[in-house]
Amino acid sequence: MSTPYLSLSAKSLMSVGLVVLTATAMGALPGPAASAGTISGTVTFTGTPPKMRPIDMAKEPSCAKQHPTPIMTESVVTGPGNAVQWAVVYIAAGAQPSSAPTTPVRYDQKGCEYLPHVATLEVGQPLEIYNDDQTSHNIHPLAKVNPEWNKSQPPGAPPIKASYSKPEFIAVKCNVHPWMHGYFAVLSTSHSATTGNDGKFSLEGLPPGKYTVTAWHERFGSQSQEVTVTEGKAATADFVFKALPY
Amino acid sequence: MRMATPWAVFASSLGLFLVASGATPIAAQETQVGSLHGNPQAGKQDYRRYCVGCHGPDGDGNGENAQWIEPRPRDFTAAVFKCRSTPTGTLPTDEDLYHSVSRGFVTSNMPSWLPLTQQMRVDLVAYVKTFSSRWRTQGPGTPISVPPETPATAQSILHGRELFQKLECWKCHGPAGHGDGPSASTLTDSKDNPIRPYNFAMGSRFKCGTTNQDLYRIFMTGVDGTPMPSFSDNIQPNDAWDLVHFLRTLQPYPSPEATAWHAWLPQHASELKPIGPDQGEQ
Repeated sequence: MSTPYLSLSAKSLMSVGLVVLTATAMGALPGPAASAGTISGTVTFTGTPPKMRPIDMAKEPSCAKQHPTPIMTESVVTGPGNAVQWAVVYIAAGAQPSSAPTTPVRYDQKGCEYLPHVATLEVGQPLEIYNDDQTSHNIHPLAKVNPEWNKSQPPGAPPIKASYSKPEFIAVKCNVHPWMHGYFAVLSTSHSATTGNDGKFSLEGLPPGKYTVTAWHERFGSQSQEVTVTEGKAATADFVFKALPY
Repeated sequence: MRMATPWAVFASSLGLFLVASGATPIAAQETQVGSLHGNPQAGKQDYRRYCVGCHGPDGDGNGENAQWIEPRPRDFTAAVFKCRSTPTGTLPTDEDLYHSVSRGFVTSNMPSWLPLTQQMRVDLVAYVKTFSSRWRTQGPGTPISVPPETPATAQSILHGRELFQKLECWKCHGPAGHGDGPSASTLTDSKDNPIRPYNFAMGSRFKCGTTNQDLYRIFMTGVDGTPMPSFSDNIQPNDAWDLVHFLRTLQPYPSPEATAWHAWLPQHASELKPIGPDQGEQ
């Protein structure tokens, strides 16, 4: 099966190449997935991003000793080639509505750190928050659109179960350990991806059509693009955020 | 009076239409406290007279006095309330809001509004509920149950003291409850304003009431919008009463708890492990 390229810039050749491989593999499978396309790209920055600082956990020895080298703050994590990590890219409009998955999203507090830094879940999808530490945490998602709650979770306590009924990017903090900082990305779509250290993302299984693709980053904000997916072809959407030192 | 734009004329006539047709332009969920029914229209008049200076015409806590006030006046548009009988993340009951207005908030600029009639206070609750759409889409939470209090014995207090250590209350409230724990200086409320943990030794009453039942509710439901979390998922009712009894001994008041504790303490002081980071950390 040959998959012709639609439109691509030289810069994104490599990522599209990967997508073509994926699309080819998917095309080999029987069933309706054959016609589904993929939107992929890279999230990068221009300018000077703020410097991340090492976290001093001296006030919580049980956590400090888990990190022989201090971990860094994660508000802006960048990779080679000005790549932006922890950007959430998702289909903001154009996708068919789907019912929320019943598989819970797991969110861990481990070594006084949130893992993952950004957890993506769908509206209505169950969320389970674990305390893997030997210290009490209070988990305090600072929701504005959804209800704001704040629960204590001592060591060994069962997971806190929650879900959100409206899409929102919710900052999460622990008041006891003020360096702990993360996000819940509550989306109304199943098509989303979080960028890794290479800034790359791939949104798969998209039937042909017009889509609004949005990239969100906790410090850089949101950007959107209109992208058209044609049957069996790979589409590209690259995002460039302007970074300021502060 | 200037009313030049067509929009203003339209809005004005719309308002007249709504009044004429009997519809209320500030409809929210019904408000009922005991036998009293809240009227948001009447509440608006009283709000404009007594509350607007701090809480602002839009209920967002940005009244003209707000810039001088610490802690900041409540933002009713967020519909996040400190004093609730309901679980964290849920709306308070009408009674909760009524008691807040009546009692006021100690160590803040919010006075007690007992001089207003009961009906006025219920009307104010009804009007405050018009500032957030949350009141139209959600009901209040189900109040937590507060089981009968257990006896305030020395054993109960001692166990409460262990919980104070184990649940790490001291990290914010300090080993002696002075509000000076290791995390205290870093605390902010949900609007990023600095906030202090309660200092039990200061002798002020609690923000959300004075009784042991109030204290029980405060830590079980949490104080929403602040760093104080809910403990209802982690503490059994009997344990919660033990914690209440211990917390009372941190206050500089004569109380049954303080009496029981100070009768027991002289013979056993050497058995107590100090509260704080040396214990419990591994």
